[in-house]
Amino acid sequence: MSTIFGVAPQMLFGQLLLGLINGSFYAVLSLGLAVIFGMLNIINFAHGAQYMIGAFVAWIGLTVFGVNYWAALVLAPLLVALLSVLIERLMLRRLYQLDHLYGLLLTFGLALIAEGVFRNYYGVSGESYDVPEQLQGGVNLGFMFLPLYRAWVVLAALSVCFAVWFAIERTRLGATLRASTQRPDLVQALGINVPLLMTLTYAAGAGLAAFAGVLAAPVIQVNPLMGSHLIIVVFAVVVIGGMGSILGSIVTGLGLGLIEALTKVYYPEASGVVIFLIMVIVLMVRPAGLFGRQA
Amino acid sequence: MMSQGAGARGSSAPMFAALIVVGLVAPFLVYPTFLMKVLCFALFASAFNLLLGYVGLLSFGHAAFFGFGAYVCGYVCKSLGAPPEAGILAGTLLAGALGAMFGALAIRRSGIYFAMITLALAQLVYFIEVEAPFTGGEDGLQGIPRGHLFGLIDLSNNLAMYYLVLAIFLAGFWLIHRTIQSPFGQILKAIRENEPRAISLGYAVDRYKLLAFVLSATLAGLAGATKAIVFQLASLTDAHWHTSGEVVLMTLLGGLGTVLGPSVGALTITGLESVLADKVGSWVTVIMGGIFVVCVLVFRRGIVGELRALRLGRRSQA
Repeated sequence: MSTIFGVAPQMLFGQLLLGLINGSFYAVLSLGLAVIFGMLNIINFAHGAQYMIGAFVAWIGLTVFGVNYWAALVLAPLLVALLSVLIERLMLRRLYQLDHLYGLLLTFGLALIAEGVFRNYYGVSGESYDVPEQLQGGVNLGFMFLPLYRAWVVLAALSVCFAVWFAIERTRLGATLRASTQRPDLVQALGINVPLLMTLTYAAGAGLAAFAGVLAAPVIQVNPLMGSHLIIVVFAVVVIGGMGSILGSIVTGLGLGLIEALTKVYYPEASGVVIFLIMVIVLMVRPAGLFGRQA
Repeated sequence: MMSQGAGARGSSAPMFAALIVVGLVAPFLVYPTFLMKVLCFALFASAFNLLLGYVGLLSFGHAAFFGFGAYVCGYVCKSLGAPPEAGILAGTLLAGALGAMFGALAIRRSGIYFAMITLALAQLVYFIEVEAPFTGGEDGLQGIPRGHLFGLIDLSNNLAMYYLVLAIFLAGFWLIHRTIQSPFGQILKAIRENEPRAISLGYAVDRYKLLAFVLSATLAGLAGATKAIVFQLASLTDAHWHTSGEVVLMTLLGGLGTVLGPSVGALTITGLESVLADKVGSWVTVIMGGIFVVCVLVFRRGIVGELRALRLGRRSQA
C-alpha cells in the first residue's frame, strides 16, 4: 500500500477533511468578529459562547422538543440573534462612547455567565448529537471515504461565508454598512438609522456563530467549554489574518485549519500550539497581519 | 486608558504605616491561609494594574506569568531540592524573561489586538504546561516543600510563612508605588493619555511599554511563585485564562489606576469566592461574570475610585 511521507492516504485525507471543517469554523467565527468589530468597534468575547449556545439550542431542541436538525439550523441562529439584540440594546449600547476595551470586558463577563450556566445544568462531559438521517453514510472516493455530513459542513460554512461576502461587498445594504463603518456621523446625517444598523450587525454576527455551533454539534461533543476553546484560537486567527478583509478572513481560517490538520498527522504533539506559533511568526514578520493594513 | 491621575500627591508614609500595622495584626484575627491567598492575589492584581491602569495596556494573559512563576518555583524547590528563596527568585526572574518575550511581541500591536495577542500567547504557555514532562500534566506539581527560609526559619509554621508573604507583598507593592510616582511612571501615564504626543516629545514609547510589561510580568511571577510555596502546589488553574480574567475583575472592581484598588479587589473577590464556594458551588463562575457586567456598566471607577470621588466631592462642596 502506498503512503504519503510515511502516512496512509486514508488517514491523511481524513485529517485534512477535519482540518477543512475546523478551518471553516475559524472562517465563520473570525468573519463574524470582524464584521462586528468594523461596525461596533467591539471585540465580541461572547462569540464563542454564542457558538456554544447555538449547539446547545440544537441539542435541547432535538432531545426535549423533537425539533429536527434542519429546523434547528434556522431556529438556533434566530434565537441567539434575538438574545443578542437584547444584549446590544441594553448593555453594549452604553459603552460606545468609552474605550474599546470595556466592550471586550463586558462580553467576557457575559461569556463567563453563559459558560457557567450551561456547565451547571449539563456538566462538562459533553452530549452527543446524531447526524441527521439524510446525511448519514458517505461515499468512497477511491483514495478516501468521505462522510456526507462532513462534506455538508464544509459546503454549508463556505456558502455562508460567501453569502456574507456578497451581502457586504455587492448589495446596497452592504454599501450602507461599509459607509457606516467609515463615517457613522455622515451616514446618519443622510437619514439612515445607524443605531438600528449596529443592532442588526451584532445580531447577525452572533447568529453566524450560532449557525456554526449547530453545524458543529454532530461533529464534536456538545459541551459548555467548546466555545471558550474555540474563541481563543479564533483570536489568534484574527491576529494572523487581520480584520481588514472578508476574503482574507476566509482564506486565513481555512488555511490555518489545514495547517493544523497536517501538524496533527506529522507532528501531533504540536497540533495544539501550531496556530499560536504561526501567530508569533506573523507578529515578528508582518505585525499588521497577512491581510491587515498597518494601523 | 480610563482613569484619573495620580491623585493627591501627599506623602504615602501614613498609607504604608497603616498597611504594615493591619498586616501585622491580621493573622490573629483572620485565618492566615486565607490572608496569604489574598496577599498573593493582591500583589498579582497590583502588578496587572501597573499595566492596565497606568499604561492603558490590557493584558488578557497575565495568568501565564503567575502560573509560570509557580511552576518554576515548584520545580526548583521540589525536583532540584533548592531552598524556598531560590525557588521564588527563579520563578520571579524566569517569569520576567517570559514577559520580555511576550511583551516584545505584543507591543507590536495596540488596543484590542494587544489583548487578543496576550490571551493567545498565554494559551500557548498553558498548552505547554499541560504537555511538558516536568509539570505533572493535569495534576500539576503537588507537595512542593515549604522548606527553611535562608536555612533558618521553618516555613511549615503558618505564622512564619504568613510574615514572609506579607514582606514580599509589601516589597512588591512599594516597588509598584515608587514606579508610578517616578518620572518613568509619569511617562507611562503620558503614553496612556496621548501616545502620539509622547512620541512627538521624543520618548521611545515602545521601550517604555516593554519595560512596564516586563516589570508587571516579573511581579506577577513573584506572586505566583510565592503562592506555590504557600499552598505547596503549582496547578493548571494558576495558568488558565479564567485566572487571567479573575485578575482583570479584581482590578476593575477595586478601582482601575488606583494604588490600593487592586488589593481591595483581591480581598473582595477572594473573600467572596471562599464564602460562596460552600453555598453555591459551581455558580461562582456565573456570579463572577455578573460582577464583571455590573462593574463595566455602572461601576467603572471601582470601590477605591468611588470612595475617592465621594471624598473629593464632599471637599469641593465644603
